[in-house]
Amino acid sequence: MEIKNAMAGTLESGDIMVRIAPGDGLQVDLQSSVSARFGRQIKSVITETLRGLGIENAYVQATDKGALDCTIRARVTAAAVRATGKDVWKD
Amino acid sequence: MRNSKVVTLDEAIRRSGLKDGMTISFHHHFRGGDKVVNMVVARLAEMGFKNLHLAASSLSDVHSPLIEYIRQGVITKISTSGLRGELANEISHGLMKEPVVFRSHGGRGSAIASGVLHIDVAFLGASSCDELGNASGCPRSENAKSICGSLGYALPDAMYADHVVILTDDLVAYPNVPKSISACNVESVVVVDSVGDSSKISSGAIRDSKNPRDILLAKQAAKVVINSGYFKDGFSIQTGTGGASLAVVKYIRESMLEKGIKASFALGGITAHMVKLHEEGLIGRLVDVQSFDKVAAESIATDQTHQEVSSIEYASADHAGSAVHALDMVILSALEVDVDFNVNVLVGSDGIIRGAVGGHPDTAEDSALSIIVCPLLRGRIPCIVPKVTTLITPGKGVDVVVTEYGIAVNPRRPEIAERLSAAGLKLVDIKDLAAKAVAMIGEPDPIPFGDKVVGLVVDRHGELLDEIHNVLD
Repeated sequence: MEIKNAMAGTLESGDIMVRIAPGDGLQVDLQSSVSARFGRQIKSVITETLRGLGIENAYVQATDKGALDCTIRARVTAAAVRATGKDVWKD
Repeated sequence: MRNSKVVTLDEAIRRSGLKDGMTISFHHHFRGGDKVVNMVVARLAEMGFKNLHLAASSLSDVHSPLIEYIRQGVITKISTSGLRGELANEISHGLMKEPVVFRSHGGRGSAIASGVLHIDVAFLGASSCDELGNASGCPRSENAKSICGSLGYALPDAMYADHVVILTDDLVAYPNVPKSISACNVESVVVVDSVGDSSKISSGAIRDSKNPRDILLAKQAAKVVINSGYFKDGFSIQTGTGGASLAVVKYIRESMLEKGIKASFALGGITAHMVKLHEEGLIGRLVDVQSFDKVAAESIATDQTHQEVSSIEYASADHAGSAVHALDMVILSALEVDVDFNVNVLVGSDGIIRGAVGGHPDTAEDSALSIIVCPLLRGRIPCIVPKVTTLITPGKGVDVVVTEYGIAVNPRRPEIAERLSAAGLKLVDIKDLAAKAVAMIGEPDPIPFGDKVVGLVVDRHGELLDEIHNVLD
């Protein structure tokens, strides 16, 4: 699947800003205000969401401000839709 | 004036007999605007002092210059109620060889009175002082540069330190009355450009919340107060500094007006909210250990029924006459509450020190009713947890916990639970709240603590309560 640069989300408290760019394999670069306790979980939610959308090659830069998993999935999905042009909500 | 005690800072230090290894003390009434700690420690460093024990009533973000003096060995031990900012971050990562000793405000007062915390030289900032050392946190001339109101945390130091130096930015004509600190306890007076930036007193923990969740929490907490059985004419109250616990006052006020109930006194850190109710005649007296904003400081300067108390008179466990023993209810905030009702207000969820013990354990233990107001989650950080990161206020003193997902009552207080249930409030088991948090956020990984002890929490009776370990990156 072809990937373009795209992003979704904000830097508000409780949100996460996700940038997706072309990459080789799935690489997640995470900055989080809660990384000490939740970094591992956040990264796995991001990669699982991307894999669920059929994306196996992307470089993801995420800046997290304490978002819950549901928010992370929504932002990653929105960024992925913008990056691939494939509207998963319509299909 | 004959017998004037006015000297330079260098001369005051020389006269004090300060030696390496001794204990120096400071108050934190200027909070984030304090200039005395950094000024005095910088001069002590230049004069070549080493191995000093810095015993402050509290320290905040503004004291990050201490990091360098700790590295140089000027300061090798710290006792305080709180630590914030970069200094707290460095200490949490293991900056100091000796652990920082944390005490509550009442605990510090008791420790100073009993000699457990012996102060060799106290350096106390004052907004006005005469040449003999009668000092106050209130402005007394048209040249006044600062105002901090109550000097409650400085009074034990003034009474019990071997040597007391007052630093002031307004030297006024004798006699500076009414005084907070008596000239009889003062050895030297030093005039400086500024002891503190009063505009920064209400920075830090105090904020007036417009957050809808805080307002919901405040409304629920007010319902707990009103239906607790303690809300009757002549009741007494204290509130903490969290957004929600301050907002509670607004809703209690409405009910006081409606039911014609008046409070006898409000205690503790006094805020503009409390001053307003006092001026409306709803609170008889304000008993003030710390003026939390400019409105409170101006009120204590002019109002005879707004009374200053020392931290000993406020919250000592050793003195049966301390005000907390007469306190009906206290509304407090928390970083974490655990399923045994233990509270942490000092160490963040990342293991980094980011708060202050304050009067939390003093008021929770001795008041008739203690109410903790905190959200279930702050972002992804759980506030109701299986076990607190650091124990500050033991659960036996905590009666009610108010969250946006329900109110939990300590099983030790079944009569409170009955009254709240009868009033139609939704009560939940605190274990269910902790489980709900985990269901929403997942199980957090453990904090990466190391083996080094960076902090000791000493309870208000002088016993070791908990240890704080260093954080690994």
